[in-house]
Amino acid sequence: MEGARVNIIFLLMPIAVLLGAGFLAAFIWGVSQGQFDDLETPAHRAILPDLLEDANEGES
Amino acid sequence: MSDSNKSFSYDDDIVKKFLIATLLWGAVALLLGVFVASQLANWKLNLGLPWTTFGRLRPLHTNAAIFAFAGNGVFAAIYYSSQRLLKTRMWSDRLSRIHFWGWQAVIVSAALTLPLGITVGKEYAELEWPIAWTINALWVIFGVNYFKTLQVRRERHIYVAVWFYIATIVTVAVLHVLNTIQIPVSFWKSYPVYSGVQDALVQWWYGHNAVAFVLTTPFLGLMYYFLPKAAEKPVYSYRLSIIHFWSLVFIYIWAGPHHLLYTALPEWAQTLGMVFSVMLLAPSWGGMINGLLTLRGAWDRVRQDPVLKFFVAGLTFYGMATFEGPLLSIKSVSALGHYTDWIIGHVHGGALGWNGFMIFGMTYWLVPRLWKSNLYSRKMANVHFWFGFLGTVLYMVSMWVAGITQGLMWRAIDANGRLVYPDFVETVMRIVPLYWVRALGGALYLLGFVLLLVNVYKTVKRAPKSEKSEVQNAVTLARVPLASLGHTPHRILEGLPGAFSVLTLAAILVGTFFEIAPTFFSAEFAPAVPNLKPYTGLQLHGRDIYVREGCYNCHSQMIRPLIGETKRYGEYSRAEESIYDRPFQWGSKRTGPDLARVGGKYPDLWHYRHMADPREVVPGSLMPSYPWLLKDKTDFGIISRKLAVMKSLGVPYTDDDVRTAEGEARRDAKEIADKLVAEGASTSHQLEEREIVALIAYLQRLGSDFRKGLIK
Repeated sequence: MEGARVNIIFLLMPIAVLLGAGFLAAFIWGVSQGQFDDLETPAHRAILPDLLEDANEGES
Repeated sequence: MSDSNKSFSYDDDIVKKFLIATLLWGAVALLLGVFVASQLANWKLNLGLPWTTFGRLRPLHTNAAIFAFAGNGVFAAIYYSSQRLLKTRMWSDRLSRIHFWGWQAVIVSAALTLPLGITVGKEYAELEWPIAWTINALWVIFGVNYFKTLQVRRERHIYVAVWFYIATIVTVAVLHVLNTIQIPVSFWKSYPVYSGVQDALVQWWYGHNAVAFVLTTPFLGLMYYFLPKAAEKPVYSYRLSIIHFWSLVFIYIWAGPHHLLYTALPEWAQTLGMVFSVMLLAPSWGGMINGLLTLRGAWDRVRQDPVLKFFVAGLTFYGMATFEGPLLSIKSVSALGHYTDWIIGHVHGGALGWNGFMIFGMTYWLVPRLWKSNLYSRKMANVHFWFGFLGTVLYMVSMWVAGITQGLMWRAIDANGRLVYPDFVETVMRIVPLYWVRALGGALYLLGFVLLLVNVYKTVKRAPKSEKSEVQNAVTLARVPLASLGHTPHRILEGLPGAFSVLTLAAILVGTFFEIAPTFFSAEFAPAVPNLKPYTGLQLHGRDIYVREGCYNCHSQMIRPLIGETKRYGEYSRAEESIYDRPFQWGSKRTGPDLARVGGKYPDLWHYRHMADPREVVPGSLMPSYPWLLKDKTDFGIISRKLAVMKSLGVPYTDDDVRTAEGEARRDAKEIADKLVAEGASTSHQLEEREIVALIAYLQRLGSDFRKGLIK
């Protein structure tokens, strides 16, 4: 009885585990994608000016 | 749209829209905050109108602050920085606009429904089902647009800010959908499928993660983009950002039960919540440290630059709030701090100091860039900073003192084992001066915000009239044939981040659905205690009036097994006592006393007089008067439908109960009305038809099952 009353925990726990596992999977996937191979340039690239080249002529 | 097109422009119009909305709703949220704070200092400011009482306006304030001010601010940050970090325009301008206008429509409908008392009665999830499900739909639209944007990105590497945004989008979807599963009674009234302990657990799982994934992760994403930009320095440690991101998103999701320490939630779940909450300190401080150290070598600029000032103070407040949070999650600290204003101080340290300041810093940086103008007055911005800073500190300190004072008074027991302050109202009157200090702090913060508005207006006004969006050039990621991505379907999938994310989300939702579905069919999820009768129709209707008036904003219904509480209120609350409660009304703050065992404590007439004017029976009370409850008529017609919905959720009503509900309710009402008249109530015409009678029926039921020995 005591356990049955809070059965929602048996739903929330798997969801929490799933979310956690999802983030873990995303992490492993990110690593395999090479997202974390370079730990220096990404930080610098983010603060480079947004404008990469001058606008092309004739572009509307 | 052609993917191979090298030239494109960023959609800054959508950023401007969200930024203006942020400032507009920020003013509303802060104004409401100062108003409700003043209501606690002086009850007359409730104005004697149903729509302006604290119980109805506080949810409007919290929703406006979280979803309108912080929400729009976060969207502005996401739309601006993601486009630049991914080197692409948002995938669909139309979806961006639907997201924007839909979100504003949700806010407007919240502003209309909450003062009318249309509420689910769960904190930060008050919006009724039509609005809640509009939010779910909008979130999916936003998510699709975002993931498609990821897919068409021109920068292969995904910067850490974007990871934070992704975590926000995925997790908020899961949380909000799960917490808004309700069965409608009418267009503006519904009951959650969960009840009692279940409902409490789901609600605080949601509630705490609203803090995590609306007020933390997107703001860390914001910080990781705008702070390095403003400081013109790369983030201190990219490695640290990775570590603290993954540990933060993994740990946060478990912390919810720290809102339910010492309640009827099973102890092991409480301990789980506490342990994870304490662990959260590490990843939280990882973010703070990384942000602050980014400024190494730029500290001289903090002295002049208001943008950096706001960011530095914001991060410091974040560090304080995330130290205080784990501290308050320790059971013995929670025993003192829970239900007091300490929690309110804690929350505002985060909301004003962290969320507010990060948005202000971003705004001062963004407005001159978006409108291609110079900031009107740097000095004014610096003055704003000091107003905001002083306001936040006054708020936090006054609420620390108020909370700890009241907490200690509640538990004070003299040498004879008696409560030193048996009258609850005495503990409230003691902290009223601090309520004034808090209101002053809020007013200062608001004043600073007005300076921001003036500054932004002047800056935009002197901007050049015609502005053309700049054309950007970046090489598209090479489109490679699917087959070349890998030999197995999954290797191919790994090359398609958008599809991968959507599939992952779908996987979570499918599993979730199959686990939720049984709650509709299995009696096991809402167990019946054989001799425990559900609410009568009149009691249930009275309960809905209690929910409508937002009583839970000041009254708890959960007595903890602590000596100071059992002496004051009676035996500690049992899980069984709330099995019919949809929504649960355990509350989170006691500006008034706990009501779990208020039934039978006072005669009906006491409640009648108390609702008409609380000060008539409790001198010094801060509670608003509710004269309309003595006038407004009970809607007896809807009661049958309410019982029918409850029955479909597994509440043990018979078909007969449902059919005869209206007649029964009228009979019960007549009985209470007659008694009231006999006790000497100033007889209003047709007293049995008034809402006060239904409310009294409910209040007198509270705790009565326990008194009758139906629950051990």
